[in-house]
Amino acid sequence: MSRDLQLAWRHPDEAVLTVAFFALVASLFPLGIGAEPQLLARIGPGVIWVGALLAAFLALPGLFAADYADGSLEQMTLSPHPALGWASGKIAAHWIVSGLPLTVLSPLIGLQYGLTPDTLAVEAASLLVGTPVLSLLGGACAALALGARGGGMLLALLALPLFVPILIFGAGAAEAQATGLSPAPHLSLLGAGLIASAVGLPWAVGAAVRIAVD
Amino acid sequence: MNWFYFSSPSTFYGLAGRLAPPSFILAAVLAAAGLYLGLGVAPTDAQQGAVYRVIFIHVPTAWMSMFLYFVMACYCALTLVFNTRLSAMMARAIAPTGAMFTFVALWTGAFWGRPTWGTYWVWDARLTSELVLLFLYFGYMALANAFEDPRRGDRASALLAIIGVVNLPIIYFSVQWWNTLHQGSSVSFKGTSMHVTMLAGMLVMSFSAWMYAIGATLVRVRAVILERERRAQWVRDLGAA
Amino acid sequence: MTIWWKSWADFWAMGGHAYFVWMSYGALLAAIVVETILLRARRRRALDAIEEERDLEAEN
Repeated sequence: MSRDLQLAWRHPDEAVLTVAFFALVASLFPLGIGAEPQLLARIGPGVIWVGALLAAFLALPGLFAADYADGSLEQMTLSPHPALGWASGKIAAHWIVSGLPLTVLSPLIGLQYGLTPDTLAVEAASLLVGTPVLSLLGGACAALALGARGGGMLLALLALPLFVPILIFGAGAAEAQATGLSPAPHLSLLGAGLIASAVGLPWAVGAAVRIAVD
Repeated sequence: MNWFYFSSPSTFYGLAGRLAPPSFILAAVLAAAGLYLGLGVAPTDAQQGAVYRVIFIHVPTAWMSMFLYFVMACYCALTLVFNTRLSAMMARAIAPTGAMFTFVALWTGAFWGRPTWGTYWVWDARLTSELVLLFLYFGYMALANAFEDPRRGDRASALLAIIGVVNLPIIYFSVQWWNTLHQGSSVSFKGTSMHVTMLAGMLVMSFSAWMYAIGATLVRVRAVILERERRAQWVRDLGAA
Repeated sequence: MTIWWKSWADFWAMGGHAYFVWMSYGALLAAIVVETILLRARRRRALDAIEEERDLEAEN
């Protein structure tokens, strides 16, 4: 379990790339649709969430590919370690290079979009709760698509529809805060989603990997 | 009756061939009755005018889109647990018809929404989650056919379908959980807010859609069985006879 | 069980909503026609593949 996490810690370049990608995507929107402060404050939470979603998605193909190609994935399924352990490790490693840096960076991007401190805090909180769900769902899809024809496009077709509810609740939380409503319902739904996925999806990732190496 | 007798593709092939025509005939008869009730007899709605008559296909197709996904997911669970070949073939056979009903539900909703809400499409919870359902069907079909080894496609897509089941309660309860433009259900167990011929027309049309889905699935599963078993002796004997 | 409409023209006009009602019913009809065509084509392809398989067998 710890190997993937150690790798993620020791080689932070992937996390740095994710951060750069996220910052670039966020800066494309003001350039593309205009930089009026009110407009930016309005779209800010959604843009940050879409950026997080794309960053999480782009980190998916590499999650299992190398281990699948060199056979170490098969070794893992044969090892005495329980599948839940190494599957959770993989997902945690994905979150450390995608969700975690984005959560940390999001207030900075939010400031550029002119979000208020309250909204920044809610946005970061929603990312903290929501991005692990993206890693869990995405990890399951990445494992299912191992060795399939269609590559990245197939993975997009599998993962992005499943990401949609997370996007809605995540962006909805900050949006509610910005318009003076309580973000609590959105955040608690995200939390419920996180608990449900943390219980069910590591098992699904393990099952998907076993299907892939059989 | 030996339950496992029909769980072998070769025996089910014959059974499906015998059951499909009566399903289509029943679907046609029910559709004729339902359309007569819905388009002919039922009174025009005082508020919405005649456009509400889209309900007689919108609600049945929307129900079937969710129900077929559920049935498909059940077959997928059987595939993963018991590793049965026929259940995977049934799931593959249901998916295109489910996607068809999902598409028609979205389309008819759009043409009902335009005159009543003033727009073809809104990004509300009910519509968005139904659109996600359409993509789940597409993803399932794409993944099922993405592998050289069809058995692997069976198992991978089965797991995907089961993960996607979480979307069903979201669709179903979306009109209660969120304040949306989409109206709530007009039918409930406590009673209904509808005229009795409207209700009858909608239910008859729903049974028709159900029978059609069974017929289309059975015809498709026969094609799937032929594709997958084409090297088996019984399939060769089939054509030679 | 009397018919609601006064005439066929009245029926086709759907109280002014003809475009929306018939676009919906037409889409369902089109979807069923397309699915029927695809189903027939798929069965045809499967049977052809079996035929091919048998011919290959006969050659060997």
